[in-house]
Parts: sequence; C-alpha cells; structure tokens
Amino acid sequence: MIAAARRERPGFTWAAPAVLFFLALGILPVFAVVYLSFTKWNGLGDPQWIGLDNWKSITDDPDLVNGIVKTVTLTVVSWLLQTPLALLIGVWAAGPQRGRAALSTLFFLPLLLSTAAISLTFVSLLDPNFGLAADYGKYVGFADGNFLGSDHALYVVAFVVAWQFVPFHTLLYQSATRQIPRSLYEAAQIDGATGVRQFFAITLPQLRNTIIASSVLMLVGSLTYFEMILLMTNGGPGTATRVLPLHMYIKGFVGFDMGYASVLAVLLVAVGTALSVVVVRSTGYHRMASDREGA
Amino acid sequence: MSGKNRANVPAGVLATVWLIIVAVPIYFVVITGFRTQDAYIEQGPLDLPTRPTLGNFTSLFELGFTTYLVNSLIVAFGTVAVVLGVALPAAYAIVRNPSRQLKIAFNVFLLGLAVPAQAVIVPIYLIITRLQLYDSLLAVILPTAAFSLPIAIVVLTSTLRDIPGELYEAMTVDGAASGRIFTRLVLPLSRPGLVSVGIFVGLGAWNGFLFPLVLTQSDEQRVLTLGLWKFQSQYGTNVPGLMAAVVLSALPVLALYLFGRRHLLSGLAAGFGK
Repeated sequence: MIAAARRERPGFTWAAPAVLFFLALGILPVFAVVYLSFTKWNGLGDPQWIGLDNWKSITDDPDLVNGIVKTVTLTVVSWLLQTPLALLIGVWAAGPQRGRAALSTLFFLPLLLSTAAISLTFVSLLDPNFGLAADYGKYVGFADGNFLGSDHALYVVAFVVAWQFVPFHTLLYQSATRQIPRSLYEAAQIDGATGVRQFFAITLPQLRNTIIASSVLMLVGSLTYFEMILLMTNGGPGTATRVLPLHMYIKGFVGFDMGYASVLAVLLVAVGTALSVVVVRSTGYHRMASDREGA
Repeated sequence: MSGKNRANVPAGVLATVWLIIVAVPIYFVVITGFRTQDAYIEQGPLDLPTRPTLGNFTSLFELGFTTYLVNSLIVAFGTVAVVLGVALPAAYAIVRNPSRQLKIAFNVFLLGLAVPAQAVIVPIYLIITRLQLYDSLLAVILPTAAFSLPIAIVVLTSTLRDIPGELYEAMTVDGAASGRIFTRLVLPLSRPGLVSVGIFVGLGAWNGFLFPLVLTQSDEQRVLTLGLWKFQSQYGTNVPGLMAAVVLSALPVLALYLFGRRHLLSGLAAGFGK
C-alpha cells in the first residue's frame, strides 16, 4: 500500500514545463527590467551598463510627474465610476426579475469586443464633425463636440474604460450576491428591516471580499489602460492623457530609449504596488483574512 | 419580499440607464457597418441606413482582412493549447503532491498574478529578439501564454481540489501510475475548468494588443486588433468601413458567446468571484 501510495503521487516533473516557462517569460523579465534600467540600449545590439544615468535623468523629464498624476487620476476616477455602478447593477441582476437573462446578453456585449474595437468605436462616435458628439455634445458640456480634444479627455477615457469593464465587475458582484445565504434576508425580514437597510446591513458586508477583489483588479487594470489611450488620443491633447504606461511605450518603442523606458517600468510597478497597499490597508483586508479561512 | 423589491428600484433604474449607454454604441457599430460613406456623412449617426450595403464587408477582404483573421485564430488557439498543455499537469502535481518544491512553485504563480505585462515589455522584447522569434506568431503566443498561466493554474487547482480523494485512492489501489490517473481521472473530470480557462485565455489572446504591437512588425504577422488600427489610419474618415471591420472582428467571439454563454461568463469570472 505504501509503495502504491508513493507511486500515485505525481512528481515535480509534472509541473516543470509550466514552472520553467513561467520563470523564463514571467519572472526573469521582472529582474531583467531592473537590470535594463541601468543600461543604455536602443533596441538593437547589446545593452551597455551606464550605472545610474537613466535614474538621474528622471528629474529632467517633465512628462514623468504628469504621467504619474494622470495614471493616479485615471485610476481613482475609474474606481469611483465603476465600483458603485457595478455593485448596484450586480446586486440588481442577481435578483429574480423577468427578462433579466435577455437583458444581460446585451449588457455583457462589451466584454466580447477588444479594447482596440471599443477605442475605435468611441473615436468615431465622439468625432466632432460626423459623430454623435457633434449633435449631442452641447447637452453634456462639450459645446464644440470635441470630447477627446478637450482638457477633460482623461475623464472621457475613464468613461470608455467603464463602458468596457463595468459588465465584467457586474458579473463578479452578481455571482457573489447569489451566494449570500437567503436565510440572512429572511431573518432581517422578520425583524422588519427595509430593503435599503438590508442592503447596507447584509448585502454590502457580505460582498466585502468581492469589493476588494474587484478593486484590486481595477488597480492592476488601470496600469494597463494603455492601448485604449494610444488609439483614442495618443496621450493628447498635449499631455492631457499621457499616462505612465503610454509614456513608457513612447520612450522605449518610439524613441528607442529602452534603458529609460525600463526606469519608467520599475516606477510603474512601484506605483502599482503602492496603490494596492493603500487599498488593502484602507479596506482592512489583513483583518479579514480570518473570515476567509472558514469559507 | 416586498422590502427587497423596493431596494431594487434605484438599482433597476441605474441598470436601465447603463443598458442604454451600452446599447447605443453597439447599435451604432452595427448599423454604420451597413452604410455607404456618403450616406453616413449625410444622415445622422444613429439613423437607420436607407440603402443598406454589404460593400464595406466585401472590401475588407480585399484589404487583407483574412490574414489578420487567420493570425488571430492561430494566436488564440496556440495560446490556449500551450497554457492548457502545461497548466493541467502542473495543477495535478500541485494538488496531489504536498512537497515543498510544489508549494513554492504554486506561490510563484500566485505572485505572478500581480505582474502587469506592460511593466516587463522591454525585457520580453529583448528575450524574444534574442530567441530570433521577433515578428512571428510564436513571439505573440509565448508571452501571452506565460502571462495567462497564473490564472490558469489558480482555476485548475481549485477545479482539481473538488475531485474526491477516494477516486484517486481507488485507482491507486488498482495499481494505476500517475500517468494513467491523469488520463483516466484528472483529464475527464477537469473538463469544466478546462473549458472556462480555455475561453478566458482564448478571449484574452484574441483581444491582445500590446504583445502583437511590440513583438511583430510585418503585415503578414499581424493580428486583428492591430489590423483594426491599421484600417483606421488607412480609412481616415471612412467610419462605415472601420465599423464593418469592428463587427467582423467581434463575430467569432459573438458566435462563441451564443453557443456557450454560461461557459463564457463563468470563464470570465473564473477565479475572481470567490
């Protein structure tokens, strides 16, 4: 029996291809980007070690502080826009009302479109000459219909980001809401709690883990809102939407300064980690670790 | 449950408003694709086309749309094949063998969930050019697969943990080796997890933009997402042509959605909803 039991255990070899593959293309690059930040490299030939020069030149880069500010702004605005929307719609969609299935088919369509497709659709819709924007822009404060060319372009981007991702987060809240035990609501009903009260006393606390999971995904996601901006505004007007990832792409793959782009990449990881820590701290995720164990 | 219904009213209104916000651009994309350029400029953007045309769609194929389509299919299927091929055996080992090495391996994958692809695009570019893979579909498939691995491992390990231990023990008593247990037990019972992961990873690869942008160059190696971008610059203000391309690029995913809505949605939420 003991021999048989030992025989049925799959060894490390079973995991080796996945592990080696991931080390090579997932983990090694994290260390490599730190190394590359100390080199000069134009994308061809070999990187040359130049020490701290790239890091020193961050003080000469007027677009860097702008990039960080725009990234953080976009992240915060996106979170504020998406979380209440996704939460409320998700809780609603988890309910029993008729016609929900048919509606949600339409509702989830943005998830099927690529970011590229969505970006180009909104560029066309928001075109100040021929798009919807020309006719209706004046009703929402864009008299000339030039949404993407205005100082508020970053907020327009945040709206398009929400358009793409609210359905996804709604899906998370919908499935989490369905898992809340009915007995909690029945007990509240007996105690005479109103619907609003039930929402704040039962639904919201029960969704805490989902709120955190969804928020962390939004944070990590906000560092990747790059292709949408590249396609919609290319960072403009001026540098109004030039977020850190786009700035990095332009420095590295348009300006061929890979060393400096690597500095920006390291900063990107730092900003992302800092934002995550803020979220985890402010939501008290570490205190909630215990109530996950029982689940 | 009258109390609950009252609470639903504001959320219901909000849901309806958002539904309209979602519906208008989609309606715009679909109807505009069937319009002529002249009609688009003359009419309002939301008017129904008076003389619908398929010309935008047919001219796309003359502009090399087929190459982009085939490349996207190869990238999506290739990525799914690589991910499932290495992730399922790894998940099997992680679940069935409590060794230190495998615990560390699992934690490395968990850590990988937090690494944004963009932060490491420069070293990925370096590695791909050094491997002489630059400007090939494999250059897109390999990093896309690597960055899909963490979530695939997380979902598949949780699927495999649901298989009762007695089933493994019964096979062991019969003298089955790991390989036989894998093909006879793990593979059939993990099918739902495999479908979810396959759809999630395939969709991500289909819609991927950054890796193809940075790791390919020639038109022959470019995928649909980049093709759309190219059509935009080629077409200038030919919005109907562009919208036809958007419709065509979404059709394969839409077909998948209609056939397997449940799988697709659970695939999208896989690993996150808990």
